[in-house]
Amino acid sequence: MSRRICIPLLVTALLLWLSGVEALQAGAAKQLEIFSWWTAGGEAEGLNALFSVYKKKYPDVEIMNAAVAGGAGAAAKAVLKTRMQGGNPPDSFQVHGGAELIETWVKTGFMEPITSLAQTEGWLKVIPKDLVEMVSYQGQVYAIPANVHRGNVLWYNKRIFDQNNLKPPATWDDFFKVAETLKGKGITPLSLGDKLKWEAAHLFEDILLATLGPEGYNGLWTGKTSWTGSGVKRALETFAKALQYVNSDHAALVWDQAAQMLIDGKAAMNVMGDWVAGYFTAKGWKPNVDYGFLPAPGTKGSFVIVTDTFGLPKKAPHREQALNWLRIVGSKEGQEAFNPKKGSICARTDCDKAKFDVYLQSSMADFARDKLVPSEVHGSAAPETFATEFNDILNVFVTRRDVGAAQKALQEACVRAKMCK
Amino acid sequence: MLRISLDRLIAIALLLPSLVAVGIFVYGFIGWTAYVSLSNWNTFVPDLSFAGLTNYLALMRSFRFQADLRNTLIFTFTFLAASLGIGLLLAVLLDQRVRGEAVFRNIFLFPMAISFIVTGVTWQWLLNPSTGVNLLFDQVGLGFLKSRWYTDPSIAIFSVVLAAVWQMSGFTMAMYLAGLRGVPDELLEAARVDGATEWQVYRYVILPLLHPVTLSAVIVLGHISLKIFDLVYAMTGSGPAFSTDVPGVFMFETTFRGNRFAEGAAISMIMLLLVAILIVPYLWYTMRTEAGP
Amino acid sequence: MRSLEAPAVQRVARGHRMRLRWGRIVIYIVLVAFALFYLMPVYVLVVNGLKSFQEVSLSKMWAPPSALSLRSFEKAFDKLSPNFLNSVSLVVPATLFSSFLGSLNGYILAKWKFRGSEVLFPLLLFGMFIPYQSILIPLVQFLRWAGQYLPVQLYGTITGLVLVHIVYGIPITTLIFRNYYASIPNDLVEAARMDGAGFFGVYRHVILPLSAPAFVVVVIWQFTSIWNEFLFAVTITSNPAQQPITVALQNLAGSQIVEWNVQMAGALLAALPTLLVYILLGRYFLRGLLAGALRG
Repeated sequence: MSRRICIPLLVTALLLWLSGVEALQAGAAKQLEIFSWWTAGGEAEGLNALFSVYKKKYPDVEIMNAAVAGGAGAAAKAVLKTRMQGGNPPDSFQVHGGAELIETWVKTGFMEPITSLAQTEGWLKVIPKDLVEMVSYQGQVYAIPANVHRGNVLWYNKRIFDQNNLKPPATWDDFFKVAETLKGKGITPLSLGDKLKWEAAHLFEDILLATLGPEGYNGLWTGKTSWTGSGVKRALETFAKALQYVNSDHAALVWDQAAQMLIDGKAAMNVMGDWVAGYFTAKGWKPNVDYGFLPAPGTKGSFVIVTDTFGLPKKAPHREQALNWLRIVGSKEGQEAFNPKKGSICARTDCDKAKFDVYLQSSMADFARDKLVPSEVHGSAAPETFATEFNDILNVFVTRRDVGAAQKALQEACVRAKMCK
Repeated sequence: MLRISLDRLIAIALLLPSLVAVGIFVYGFIGWTAYVSLSNWNTFVPDLSFAGLTNYLALMRSFRFQADLRNTLIFTFTFLAASLGIGLLLAVLLDQRVRGEAVFRNIFLFPMAISFIVTGVTWQWLLNPSTGVNLLFDQVGLGFLKSRWYTDPSIAIFSVVLAAVWQMSGFTMAMYLAGLRGVPDELLEAARVDGATEWQVYRYVILPLLHPVTLSAVIVLGHISLKIFDLVYAMTGSGPAFSTDVPGVFMFETTFRGNRFAEGAAISMIMLLLVAILIVPYLWYTMRTEAGP
Repeated sequence: MRSLEAPAVQRVARGHRMRLRWGRIVIYIVLVAFALFYLMPVYVLVVNGLKSFQEVSLSKMWAPPSALSLRSFEKAFDKLSPNFLNSVSLVVPATLFSSFLGSLNGYILAKWKFRGSEVLFPLLLFGMFIPYQSILIPLVQFLRWAGQYLPVQLYGTITGLVLVHIVYGIPITTLIFRNYYASIPNDLVEAARMDGAGFFGVYRHVILPLSAPAFVVVVIWQFTSIWNEFLFAVTITSNPAQQPITVALQNLAGSQIVEWNVQMAGALLAALPTLLVYILLGRYFLRGLLAGALRG
């Protein structure tokens, strides 16, 4: 390569580089950086709707949407944690309410309480007490829930059930009867896609709730219910039995591909959170026409909460804008703009039902009535250390089906996470 | 004399920035990781108190980490063997004056241009047991070739190997082809004049001359495979019962989801150790031959 | 050493036994079979990229799209094009700087050996082998710290990412250039020195004019690996306006709904530059390898 070529190339490179630098320094004075893992589909649309509400109230603020994708936020969490460790927090970030918020961020002193904001905005009156508790620590509120997803839902293909004169199962005993019939007709009874590990854990979580009831289930996270006891044993046995009725390629699929099996008529039922409803809608499938839904077997009366919340990190670079952001997230207008698009219901109980579809309306009714319990798999019930191991243990269980080994491993994980002694 | 030493000073001065940069970004950061791996930092708040080898011992007892080590070894061996074998085969075939050599060469080489993430996602589709190549096999009457691929714990890791070989075997092909084309004609002629068959020419003349190529390829592919992350992460994740889990994935999850920073650092140090076992003899060898004449 | 394209006259001798007809047929069958194997994933990417979201599904993977829809490509292009430019402004300077740095280092280590340089070389090389995900946290902390003392921010910017890629490119680029320069006869260097050329004179008049093959190998290598790199990109740049294309590509997938058709189309778009580089420079890549650029 001769000098004649090299020098211009180098100069071009330098210019390009410097132009990049310049663009960066010309940032606006009033900024708001929001970190989330909502990058595509309805989630991104919902987030943008929230941004528009914000823009309308505070037009001079430039919003920086720092969203990072990744299966249920895995990559996003890595980026967020690296940033927080590096002392460079965003102005506000998405975090699951409950243990993930409290154990990872609040107890460790990364967050600022927003109790007075919650009081002046009147949130405490319109958000159910159980949910407020999930975002509180030692009497202080640390985040505002933006939405509520339900974790314990059984979805079924209506056509398959109608054609075979079957009733959707309300308990696991019913489930096995229905599953046996379906299997006899060559239809996969239950679709599962557990490539990302958490999906299998999700199914098991719903079985735990069904077997132990809400009290016993909640006791698992405080050491009151023993992991080595007969309740967990029965739950694992039910889980193992349910696994006999799932598609054989479950390890190759993720949750939405499992939901797709219902659309394709290849499977009759699926147990998953209600983001599945959003997927069905995107695929043109209609509630009560193409698919039906009811609480996961044996969990009627309980509502497993999966909630995304936003809080205020200490050292947020633009504190004032961040507080305004929280005001928008907690407002009726903000929640009504965000949730129908996201496919979730409001954390507030005063949202206008007419803005939501049939499924979400029924979920709103249950939310107001049912006992609310936190989801372990989605970060609300137990610290992340435990959640990671929980997924790992169930991943092994799915293949080995060794109840004793799983119970022992769960107990050990519980001790390591300092939830039990 | 003065002239030469001035030049030498310039040389050392110009090398210095690179040395400093590598000193910080490589050795400094390794030092940091080693330090963390010996600490109690297993919650989100840094706790750098000394923990001795606790984290390493916990790993050695972990079912998942044992699976990881086993998978890494299986992966590295089969990936290396297959890439070298296929690369050599294709190079030898292309060296037979075939028509359209350039086209074949580009086809074999292009996967290298694609990121591991895209490769992973695509092969995840292709090896999905209920569709992908299985569907293809059915349609062309090769149903007996169907497999459960990465959903079968006993062979899952080989599915990942297949994707990795797809991506990297073109590279070994290129290296070998370059090596073959570098063999002096006189040598081949001499062997043929001595009555060697074509097979013998390859076996006894050409192959030994390709040893340096093989060594370079082993180093390049070997270190990629020992620290593989993106491909597995995008394609299968941990796999059923950790059958495709590798230390890179475990480290990432332990650190960034489980908040066990010290344990994650310990995994990194063990990965580094594995790579060092492969690399240091090679570096030592390079250094020795350099130090010679 | 023969030319890469191996003129027929020279190759006759080697191929003489293989010229049996059936032997040639077997060769072509094997080559075509492998070609199909390598092209299979591309077919899947193209076919599914051309489908609509309603149509795309695992069970109909091999079927051609029922109606040709460029929607996925349009959608992917809309979302990716700003990041495409970011990638360009990342890859171009990073590749050029790291190539020149490697060339300089290689030149010094091959032709200006000093006491200890044989030890420094393997020490530099070792950097190539570290698992990058293990150094993310100290890396972010260091970039933030260093940014305070510099006129430009390093953390969160393309500039910082360029720096990181240059630094972690040092080992491989130095290796390739050093090995390549080692094959340039010292006599040439000596002769130039006799004529009064100094450190830079030798580099400019002797080394650089001979460097093209090594530059091609290094440029291709760095270009593709930096273009495709994800981990550093996602951790160092948090502002989407600054993120390179690999991150944007990943962001095409939400956490809950993945539009596979758009992903596939996006993957193809994102791979175009590196594919072009390979197809256009592939020949020189081989020539560079042939010239000893990547030989241990």
